[in-house]
Amino acid sequence: MTTTEPKPRIAVVTFPGSNDDRDAALALAQLGAEPVPVWHADRELPEVRAVVLPGGFSYGDYLRAGALARFAPVMDPVRALAADGGLVLGICNGFQVLCEAGLLPGVLRPNQSLSFVCRDVPLTVERTDTPFTARCTKRQRLSIPVKHGEGCFFAGPELLSDLEDSGQIVLRYEGESPNGSVAGIAGLVNAEGNVMGLMPHPEHAVDALTGSTDGALLLGSFVDAARLVGAAEPAAV
Amino acid sequence: MRATVLVRPKPGILDPQGQAVLGSLKQLGFDVDDARVGRVIDLELRNGDREQARAELERMCEQLLTNPLIESYEIELAEGE
Repeated sequence: MTTTEPKPRIAVVTFPGSNDDRDAALALAQLGAEPVPVWHADRELPEVRAVVLPGGFSYGDYLRAGALARFAPVMDPVRALAADGGLVLGICNGFQVLCEAGLLPGVLRPNQSLSFVCRDVPLTVERTDTPFTARCTKRQRLSIPVKHGEGCFFAGPELLSDLEDSGQIVLRYEGESPNGSVAGIAGLVNAEGNVMGLMPHPEHAVDALTGSTDGALLLGSFVDAARLVGAAEPAAV
Repeated sequence: MRATVLVRPKPGILDPQGQAVLGSLKQLGFDVDDARVGRVIDLELRNGDREQARAELERMCEQLLTNPLIESYEIELAEGE
């Protein structure tokens, strides 16, 4: 890692029940970013061009995972940032929130097995031309842990074929999906490509001490992109 | 006014909870062909006007109580209040 490059500031949102916010911040810092903690009740974001919605159980996953977090005050500026071309990355519970908020298509349902899964899973990178996967190579195989009870991505046949046609599917589980997701979908982007959600936890796979470091490829790409998207903007509004 | 919202997994949507319940019922010897598990939400509304209450409940269902991609809903208003 070079220290001369400017550190992009990346907001990390904490909802009541988030539990991977600190790991996300730590991983981003290790990869050269300056993580900025943000509370769910904040009505504005600090000066950032990228934000992470972390894993956990926001609002206890009551009603449906992500259904209540979607209405948190902080989601207004997150939505505005996404509409303005800023980068939004939702990991696990963050992915569920983005789907419920309509920032990503589809929905995450309870795992088909009804069991919580917690293990490393093999993934295939479908696209490398996104701000979240630029450090990967096409069809690269990654090993990144999942840990969730509600990671079964669902989209009806029509939506699914739209997603396939538009190339919005970025990551797929290799082999059998751990949760029953349609088409083995593990991560996808919105049509504009600046919002991504994924069930695997890249922030838990950045240090050889805990196994795979493949998560650093995804988060590193995100940090690179945050640096660019920040540099392209005027200094302040 | 009291109202009940019944939320169901839409037809054709795989319902793993229902499948698990079905398996257990069969194991207990019950003669059951299918089981689907939904959710019941009981509400106490300030609004006394039935028409308005129904419209409000529909908005609640669309905005929060259900995910229209996978769930359908039915609204029941208590009689004679």
